[in-house]
Amino acid sequence: MLTVSARLTRGAFTLDAAFAAEADGVVALFGASGAGKTTLADAIAGLVRPEAGRIALEDRVLFDSETGVNLRPERRRIGYVFQDGRLFPHLSVRGNLLYGHRFAPKDGRYASLERIVTLLGLEALLRRRPGTLSGGERQRVALGRALMAQPELLLMDEPLAALDVPRKAQVIDYIERLRDEIGVPIVFVSHAVDEVARLAGTIVVMAGGRVAAAGPAAEVMARLDLDPLAGIEAAGAVLDATVQRHDAAYGLTELAVAGGILRVPRLRLEPGRSLRVRVRARDVSLATAEPRETSVLNVFRGAVVEIGPRRGASVDVAVDIGARLTARITARSADALGLAPGKEVYALVKSVAVDPASLVQAEQDDA
Amino acid sequence: MALTPLEVEAIMLSLRVAGWAVLISLPLGIAVAWLLARHRFPGWAVVNGLVHLPLVLPPVVVGFVLLLLLGRQGPLGAWLDDWFGITLAFTWQGAAVAAAVVSFPLMVRAIRLSIEGMDRRLETAARTLGAPPAWVFVSISLPLMAPGVLTGAILAFARCLGEFGATITFVSNIPGETRTLPLALYTYTQVPGGLDGAFRLMVIAIVIAFAALVGSELLARVVRRRLEG
Repeated sequence: MLTVSARLTRGAFTLDAAFAAEADGVVALFGASGAGKTTLADAIAGLVRPEAGRIALEDRVLFDSETGVNLRPERRRIGYVFQDGRLFPHLSVRGNLLYGHRFAPKDGRYASLERIVTLLGLEALLRRRPGTLSGGERQRVALGRALMAQPELLLMDEPLAALDVPRKAQVIDYIERLRDEIGVPIVFVSHAVDEVARLAGTIVVMAGGRVAAAGPAAEVMARLDLDPLAGIEAAGAVLDATVQRHDAAYGLTELAVAGGILRVPRLRLEPGRSLRVRVRARDVSLATAEPRETSVLNVFRGAVVEIGPRRGASVDVAVDIGARLTARITARSADALGLAPGKEVYALVKSVAVDPASLVQAEQDDA
Repeated sequence: MALTPLEVEAIMLSLRVAGWAVLISLPLGIAVAWLLARHRFPGWAVVNGLVHLPLVLPPVVVGFVLLLLLGRQGPLGAWLDDWFGITLAFTWQGAAVAAAVVSFPLMVRAIRLSIEGMDRRLETAARTLGAPPAWVFVSISLPLMAPGVLTGAILAFARCLGEFGATITFVSNIPGETRTLPLALYTYTQVPGGLDGAFRLMVIAIVIAFAALVGSELLARVVRRRLEG
């Protein structure tokens, strides 16, 4: 369990945030820039000192303003992957990886150099200097360097923000591997909903220095009241899915989700593999009668749970199809269809609209 | 252009004095530069002023102050003599001290610039990897400020080679002991028929200074290449 509460003031900005999350898998600190995500991450790492609060990882207290506990960063055993990598320019990649090793406990929980190097594909880079690496390579080395210090928690502050799209897809794939194979708990700071949807099991939404919502990813992503905080494009739902089969003839993959089958453009994943799919609210439309002769492949039967407040011409409607989906439709349609909580509806999801960035595996090799 | 043994002696003495001066003042220079670059404390301006004073004072004044403080009768000089049997006045060690004091501001300035230009976030990153502050300094800060330390040392070395006023005031002009290259050159100009010798020493001085500059540039390039990968 990671419990964090922190209050601090810097000029006009006030951070006053508290959350508790199970420290396994990925906890995302999600929010627009300026929401206080990085400041909160810095407080967890011990790089800034809150005026008041308490930070604890499992039963280890890292900071407590009441008892005066304030472990120094080097004593916290929290790895930090910075947005810009921050590799040491005067050391080789190997030197960077080994930097924290001498201070790590000898019973190294995760990482021998061999394991990290293999996992992150760093064999060819070991003798190189950071100045000669590409952005994606740099972030992979930064990941490895943080892990080699055998941290009990890994903080990542927008580790993908400085990368182009193919590199992003590749690094996110490596982060997924760390999550699944090494089992180090990760706090992932991001303002990109796709990254968060793909990686996080728990989401902490931050806005204006406060925690606006926190909870399991699927629940938080489906909430209707959060998208003004997280950015209008963020609205959508996250579904847990399993790869069922591939339809080679049409280049489609069938995913089993609660409530039925979701057909998406072909994925390079083995059948049986589980993944998360984010369905954007604006890609979901609603009908009150079962639609026939439609080009839309994915039709789910469900019931309206909640209708969000009207924003401009549109409203967001939460629909329970076995899992929660969010549909963004015009207020006019909502009235015309007579939507109300409990009403039976059909949710239509265009296959081609399913956000590939939230599920596609990296295929590119690093240049 | 054959050199006389006396001239060779003056050259070797100059190199020795400058070398020792840089060597003893370098750790202190790094410490003071770090203090001035990274800390603000009451009296910061006073320390900063004191460090830079030799840059603006006439060297003769510096030499005279050293003579008062470190001469046999001076408070510090007497103490050094009593406790350690060290005599600075009228010895080549004293010449090294004079050169070190006069060149100190140049050294501190160069090192301080490189500390201020350093990416402190790298030190933060090292801390998160478990490194205690002292090791961060040795393994991260020091290598990253190496170009500045190098520049400071070379500048100071060159300044030491040229030291005249403070040296002649503090340790006089004793052949084989404190008569460094500039003092030897000056002595030549004061005696009839000494112009040939003065000319030879002038050429040597130019060669040494030029070699120091070129050498430092080459070294700086190597260091920079190591840093930038």
